Amino acid sequence: MGYVAVKGGTVAVENAEKLAKYFRLKGRSPVLKVEQIRDQLRFMVDRAMSEGSIYAPDLAAIAVKQAEGDPMEAAFILRAYRSTQPRDFYSLVGDTRQMRVIRRISATFKDVPGGQILGPTRDYTVRLLNYELAQETEEAARCFVDEFLSDILADEFQEPPIFPKIVDLLREQGLLKASPGLEMTKPDADITRDGLTFPATRAARLQVLARGETGGMVTLAYTTMRGYGNIHPTLGELRVGYLPLKIKHPAGHGELVVGEVLVTEAEVVSQSFVSEAGKGEGKPTFTIGYGLCFGQNEEKAIAMAILERAIDTREPQAPAQDEEFVLSHVDGIEAAGFTAHWKLPHYVTFQSELDRIRKSRTVKENGK
Amino acid sequence: MAVETTLAATKGNLLNFAFVDENTKREIRRKLLKAVAIPGYQVPFASRELPIARGWGTGGLQITMAIIGPDDILKVIDQGCDGVVNAVNLRNLLVKTTGVATTYRTEEATIIQTRHRIPEKALRNDQILVLQVPYPEPLRRVEPSEQVTRQMHGENDYSLAWLDLYERVVRWGEITIGSQYPVLVNGRYIMSPSPIPRWDLPKLNMAETLFLFGAGREKRIYALPPYTSVKPLEFEDYRFRVEDFSGKCCHRCGSTKSYLDETYNAAGGERFYTCSDSDFCDERLRNGKGKGSADA
Repeated sequence: MGYVAVKGGTVAVENAEKLAKYFRLKGRSPVLKVEQIRDQLRFMVDRAMSEGSIYAPDLAAIAVKQAEGDPMEAAFILRAYRSTQPRDFYSLVGDTRQMRVIRRISATFKDVPGGQILGPTRDYTVRLLNYELAQETEEAARCFVDEFLSDILADEFQEPPIFPKIVDLLREQGLLKASPGLEMTKPDADITRDGLTFPATRAARLQVLARGETGGMVTLAYTTMRGYGNIHPTLGELRVGYLPLKIKHPAGHGELVVGEVLVTEAEVVSQSFVSEAGKGEGKPTFTIGYGLCFGQNEEKAIAMAILERAIDTREPQAPAQDEEFVLSHVDGIEAAGFTAHWKLPHYVTFQSELDRIRKSRTVKENGK
Repeated sequence: MAVETTLAATKGNLLNFAFVDENTKREIRRKLLKAVAIPGYQVPFASRELPIARGWGTGGLQITMAIIGPDDILKVIDQGCDGVVNAVNLRNLLVKTTGVATTYRTEEATIIQTRHRIPEKALRNDQILVLQVPYPEPLRRVEPSEQVTRQMHGENDYSLAWLDLYERVVRWGEITIGSQYPVLVNGRYIMSPSPIPRWDLPKLNMAETLFLFGAGREKRIYALPPYTSVKPLEFEDYRFRVEDFSGKCCHRCGSTKSYLDETYNAAGGERFYTCSDSDFCDERLRNGKGKGSADA
């Protein structure tokens, strides 16, 4: 009978790590280059950045490689890296009207100012398994890119236009009222530097949602669309593009552009027949829900906008309308971590439960 | 941009002393001071993500990272044991980022980080026990909303917690709470002692030691300063009771005065007991107690 719990832990941990590495490499196929992941697994890298809450495509690609493609694990690795970095600056409030747009669509009107720009999307591609990809060669890939670029460059160069916002159209007509909870506020919260408390400010809500786990958010948003919550959103606008990131010049000489980040932005509009608080009767208006996340991740941005709209109520009628329910559970790093922690030993607590069950059974059997 | 360029820019940033950046440590220390000033009160903090998964001890780790210095001697235990894989993993991270000395011996440690146990040996006033906490809110059993439970604490409205105890007695004839048994701290706040067994609760009352509790995922810190009154909730006719190990003893060291783990022989399925606190057990063996040797 060995007392195995004390001895052997250190060796077991080392061996497990070695074995995991072996399983990654045992196929002896060419080792993945980080550039390949960054360039060719864009959505995985984008998702890792968005949920990892840090914009760093190269580091995200390393994390994806390290996690062997598990997006939650990759995001977790990035979050941990993030904790080693001090917060030196806050970016100035960005204006997505200034976005260098690569894709922009609206579901509200057939023709919109600026037009519908499909951009890079697979939305209208029939999803048949593409056997050709199994045979794709580097040469063919290079040829395709060269040919594609020469076709485009043959056209006259045009500066990308600045697209007006669809919601501005509604706003100008007075049809879009921010409800009290949704009014634009200055960024009065930093959930990475102050603990989240409830009720949360709008800034805090948006920050939590912006780094929420895609699958969980899509699921929660879906519940409101299907019937548990009665939100009927229309996609005012979805845009994907590069947003300039500015900070205050450290020496106080105006603003400084430090780079640009690829983001997806979604604005949903939804009818509201609730009267304005304190004003007695109110006119029906549209209200807006806002979503924005790093990278191209359209379902997440839309889900975020719907959830932002849904939780803006004082009397939740459905789970996804409850601010605390939504904000406390959408973080993938927390949800996955705690779900995984049940793999840890619980000998002591289980022993304590055994004691209670046995005692309680004795009491029941003997009538005390 | 080449990946190499990014890497060159980030080099050297990875391992700060005790991993997290200095501003983070300062925040946690401020929150710890508040927690010590209001025993049993849960102080919200931002809680950083660590290279250890949420739910695996990140709250305790952040506290340890915030208070540890190069001269500290560290002990890390999980289920009372220094050698189990999770304790090894957490200790490795702390050693890798601080270089501090470690020990398995309770009396040698200046900081002890623990999950689910308090060492059997009485702790001193120059030691700090850091407890990892999964559920900081003792009222979560009876009320799911954080907003509501904070209000209940604020208003000293603990009727639901008492009702929960009463209902257990009515239904099962006993207070059926196993571990993380709720306690009343300093006559004011009901507090979760973390999932330590009931066996360990008396060690918290009027102790010489500072106890710090960290819940990373739930982003709360709380504390018990030395000589704080810590009373388990109980009724006059239904008393708080620790786990009953009467008639049982540790099969290694023969102890009848320690919390025991029930174990089953892999071959025959025979049931036996061992001390949950491995250092306590090892010391008894070193002192010539017990039936078998460490390698038996």
